[in-house]
Amino acid sequence: MSDLRELYQEVILDHNKRPRNFRAIDAPSRVAKGHNPLCGDRLMLYVSLDGDRIADVAFEGSGCAISKASASLMTEAVKGKTVAEAEALFARFHNLVTSPPDEPVTTSGLGKLAVFAGVREYPARVKCASLAWHTMKNAIEDRGEVAKTEEGTD
Amino acid sequence: MTKLAEKAAAFDVQKVREDFPILRELIHGKPLVYLDNANTTQKPRQVLDALEAYYRHDNSNIHRATHLLSERATRAYEATRSAVARFINATDRREIVFTKGCTEGINLVAQSWGRTNLKAGDEVLVTWMEHHSNIVPWQLICAQTGATLKAAPITDRGELDLDAFDRLLTPKTRFVAIIHVSNALGTVNPVASLVARAKAVGATVLVDGAQAIPHMPVDVRELGCDFYTFSGHKMYGPTGTGVLYGRASELEAMPPYQGGGDMIASVTFEKTDYNELPYKFEAGTPNIAGVVGLGAAVNFLEGLDRAAVTAHEDALLAYATERVRQVAGVRLLGEARHKSSVLSFVLEGVHPHDMGTILDSEGIAVRTGQHCAQPIMDRYGVPATVRASIGLYNTREEIDTLVAGIHKVREVFG
Repeated sequence: MSDLRELYQEVILDHNKRPRNFRAIDAPSRVAKGHNPLCGDRLMLYVSLDGDRIADVAFEGSGCAISKASASLMTEAVKGKTVAEAEALFARFHNLVTSPPDEPVTTSGLGKLAVFAGVREYPARVKCASLAWHTMKNAIEDRGEVAKTEEGTD
Repeated sequence: MTKLAEKAAAFDVQKVREDFPILRELIHGKPLVYLDNANTTQKPRQVLDALEAYYRHDNSNIHRATHLLSERATRAYEATRSAVARFINATDRREIVFTKGCTEGINLVAQSWGRTNLKAGDEVLVTWMEHHSNIVPWQLICAQTGATLKAAPITDRGELDLDAFDRLLTPKTRFVAIIHVSNALGTVNPVASLVARAKAVGATVLVDGAQAIPHMPVDVRELGCDFYTFSGHKMYGPTGTGVLYGRASELEAMPPYQGGGDMIASVTFEKTDYNELPYKFEAGTPNIAGVVGLGAAVNFLEGLDRAAVTAHEDALLAYATERVRQVAGVRLLGEARHKSSVLSFVLEGVHPHDMGTILDSEGIAVRTGQHCAQPIMDRYGVPATVRASIGLYNTREEIDTLVAGIHKVREVFG
């Protein structure tokens, strides 16, 4: 059970149950779709840009607790940040969830996102944790394509 | 005791478990509870021993060399063909084509039979409960030939809608491809009756038996189908093996699926004559060791009282269905009157993926996801399900562990 609690931390369970910014944005600057075909996670991400700054960000969709909580916490973390800051945060987050479990990993600068450190113990769940972030990256780069997290992309 | 319980009691599950070394594995420090048998089954020592003995003593290429090892390898490979023919009651061993799995068998028929026989205006009929492997090959060949793919709907219980099936069968229906047992819902289709209805409009019929063959005796002549396909790895045999049964008259009229060595009688740059059945459909060096292992799996199953095995599995499924149904928040998917081995369900407020991870931490292996049957997920309006699927070595205690695991999931998600 202790291992499981590492993965399913209270913060994650809370954001799964009551996801923040779980709504659509009227007339967003950017929209992107994310899809994890292996487990059926789907989300739609809306971003409102004010110049280079993420003025508002929200999402809708369905997915597992890890993917939903990750999307929820991501929206909280990037709101108000510049695009460059958000991308830098993604890089740190990606490192957190993909670094080998037996190596020390830094959580500095990640704030609440540090709760996802447990994910690296579960390689099958890395895709769930990173889906929202890949979708966000597509949205702010305005690629207009569906972000997919499949085997081998993480 | 009921008749089912009586028959089930005749099966010594503890004894058969001793044949499966992997069942002694600890998963996260807990005994393995393997309930992912619809995905792939574990292998008995009889199969493992056959693979090792083949590589240690007989390894050679088949059908082509004059030396003793090649003769022994050929004999072992062909012995499986005879065993499989007997196992499914084919008329002739030439009707047994080895493939790398059920999927390849379906693709072979779709491409070889389909390219020859389908044209614009023709229809191919499948059902809503097909595995993707019995949908996509038909979509491909329909796109290539101009034929149209139709799908017969299912009822809320997860049974084929027979009236709709009948309505969709018309003189335009050239081919019908149906799943014997649904891998996502466990529904056992009334295949013999469906085949008869399809034959009445002159259609050729393929039955996808991947999920049936491990759980019940299959008699292709009784079913009356033209093709029957299955995988070795779902019937306690090695991965990378499969069987396509085809009525000899159909196979003879079909062009080869792949070209290469072993499938030819003579080759010149002007003309190639193809080998006789079934070799016409077995281009290149096949999975010889795997086929030898498949033969051991057939012998293993034939060595058991198969009626007792079916009764044991059916009793276990009935027990699991009742126990899991009682857990608050559980919704079962697929409550057909005739089911085999599969229990598909969702738990309110918990995504199947999360349940899979938590059950795994208890040593319980289940499948979570869409089970390669997205149309069924859409039909029930769920993104995915948890699927516990029973094999002959599962026990009531393991079902109890599963139920305790589901309660733990509820606890974690409060």
